[in-house]
Amino acid sequence: MLKHTISLWKESLRMSLTNIWNSKMRSFLTILGIVIGVTAVIALVTIMQSATTEVTEEFTAMGTGRLMVTVTGTPLKTGLSISDMEDIKAIENVEGVSPSLSAIVTVKSDYNWIEDVTVEGYNEVYFRRYPELVSYGRAINPMDADSRNHVVLLDETAIQQLFYGTDPLGKQIYLLGYRFTVIGVLSDADDNDVLSQAQSDGTDGGRMIIPYTTAMTITGTHDIQSLSVYVEDTDKTDQVEEELDNALKTMFNDKDGSYRIINMEGLLDTMNTMLSMMTTLLVGIAAIALLVGGIGIMNMMLVTVSERTTEIGLRKALGAEPRQIQIQFLIESIVLSLTGGLLGIVFGLAASYVFSVAADFEFVASGSAIALGVGFSVAVGIGFGWAPARKASELNPIDALRSI
Amino acid sequence: MCNDFFRMRGIVKTYQMGDEAQTVLKGIDLTVNEGEFLSILGPSGSGKSTLMNIIGCLDTPTSGEYILRGREIAKQNAQQLAAIRNREIGFVFQSFQLLPRLSAMRNVELPLIYAGMEERQRFLRAEEMLTRVGLSDKLRNHPNQLSGGQQQRVAIARALATNPSILLADEPTGALDQKNGRQVMQLFEEINGEGRTIIMITHDLSIARYGHRIVHILDGMLKEGEAQDA
Repeated sequence: MLKHTISLWKESLRMSLTNIWNSKMRSFLTILGIVIGVTAVIALVTIMQSATTEVTEEFTAMGTGRLMVTVTGTPLKTGLSISDMEDIKAIENVEGVSPSLSAIVTVKSDYNWIEDVTVEGYNEVYFRRYPELVSYGRAINPMDADSRNHVVLLDETAIQQLFYGTDPLGKQIYLLGYRFTVIGVLSDADDNDVLSQAQSDGTDGGRMIIPYTTAMTITGTHDIQSLSVYVEDTDKTDQVEEELDNALKTMFNDKDGSYRIINMEGLLDTMNTMLSMMTTLLVGIAAIALLVGGIGIMNMMLVTVSERTTEIGLRKALGAEPRQIQIQFLIESIVLSLTGGLLGIVFGLAASYVFSVAADFEFVASGSAIALGVGFSVAVGIGFGWAPARKASELNPIDALRSI
Repeated sequence: MCNDFFRMRGIVKTYQMGDEAQTVLKGIDLTVNEGEFLSILGPSGSGKSTLMNIIGCLDTPTSGEYILRGREIAKQNAQQLAAIRNREIGFVFQSFQLLPRLSAMRNVELPLIYAGMEERQRFLRAEEMLTRVGLSDKLRNHPNQLSGGQQQRVAIARALATNPSILLADEPTGALDQKNGRQVMQLFEEINGEGRTIIMITHDLSIARYGHRIVHILDGMLKEGEAQDA
């Protein structure tokens, strides 16, 4: 019985391929709707998945397990002090705290000078977090920060302008009139670190980093207005965030809006939720194209059934059961829509490949998108082929044969 | 004698045409023995097509009893009727009814597919049948590459493929010229000579005479013999 069924399916499949092949133009126009619908679904899902991957990677690079604090302060307390920072460092599960200061200064070497350069102040925690930042020389160490050493790290752009490319290590530069010794060279801005990119943007003088304490001294400030808190165990980020919030609340006397904590993970979650909502919405719209395509298939199947009334009658006279007729036409409808679906998958992947190249995303042919395309088109084939196939199976063989 | 091979008793078929009921068959009694070659002769409108549909199990009578190979046809469901058409009856139509997109071979294979025969066996059987009707050199030809006589012979091969009890022919020579018609009739005689029961419906007395027994159908009633036309 099973063998019988398989053999019948095989024959139905062969018959439907013959029929589709014999009316190529009509079949092509019929499946066009499905092709367009599946192309849209595949392209959208793939592109959105690439975008999600990209965003996730970017955010992960910026640091999971990292809480960013920005302070606007109150009239009485305009920023965080060094001892506040020590208090924050003492919170359980905090691995380290990296303050971040910046000032616009004029810098001079023995050979040249540059106006309006941004100089950034960090501590050793920052360098420990981004070890690839120092291409040679040394990073800022805890002693530099404690004793407010006048040491500086420069990137290649700054070296070009200040030393015309000669080895700067051990040489002197002047920031705001203070003499600094060059201790290290920064690698080119890490592409992944959107934050540092953003910070170094706006000046073409290059990037310079000095100990944050030194930066506070030479600019005459006691306020730290931006810092990153690194969490030891990323699972405990939320807990640390809560304690950090409590600590800051105490420091700023419960004043609303005096500080902000940005949880990178929370941001990532929000972003992902947004992206997946957008995907759902877009796929929903693409599904309308599939619906229209399905109606096209139904139309063609109804025409086919009435065109082939005699054939149906003959098949019944030769011993075809109603069920077998129904299977034949259902398979024909599935083959039609599946052909459209496969074409749609090819076009959809091609479209998203072109997009990913253009947008410089990594191209990922997602298995779930392909499964979705196949699933959708088979569902459309069954859904919209059912009624015509049913109609064919219910034809009375006498009427069918009489229409000769 | 109780014949369980083919027996009809008081077959009535009434069609409802709007308000009017039209009785097309008015009590047909017919018994056919295994191995017979029976011609049913009648003009158009006599009810012979309706009778053929009922014999072929494509239609069921309004009342009366029809026994085919021991089975009461009126009591079978659609699926069982399909199986009976497949195993017991081989149809030959006036206009051949071959599927134009299929080769001769694949046309002959059709009833075997519904009989659930395996592909390889099916292939051998179809080849055997086409050879039997003298078309061993036309296996791959499509209907439009065959003459009318050849097409009808493909149809006969198809009708015999499942080895049915009865070959049921409806004006088998109606679309053929005399020479081809004669050839088809000679083929029928051979097939009958091998012991196969044939029931042939026609309006043409010269064709009907190939049968060994002729019954007349006129206005929904049957009469034995060809006396009236003589």
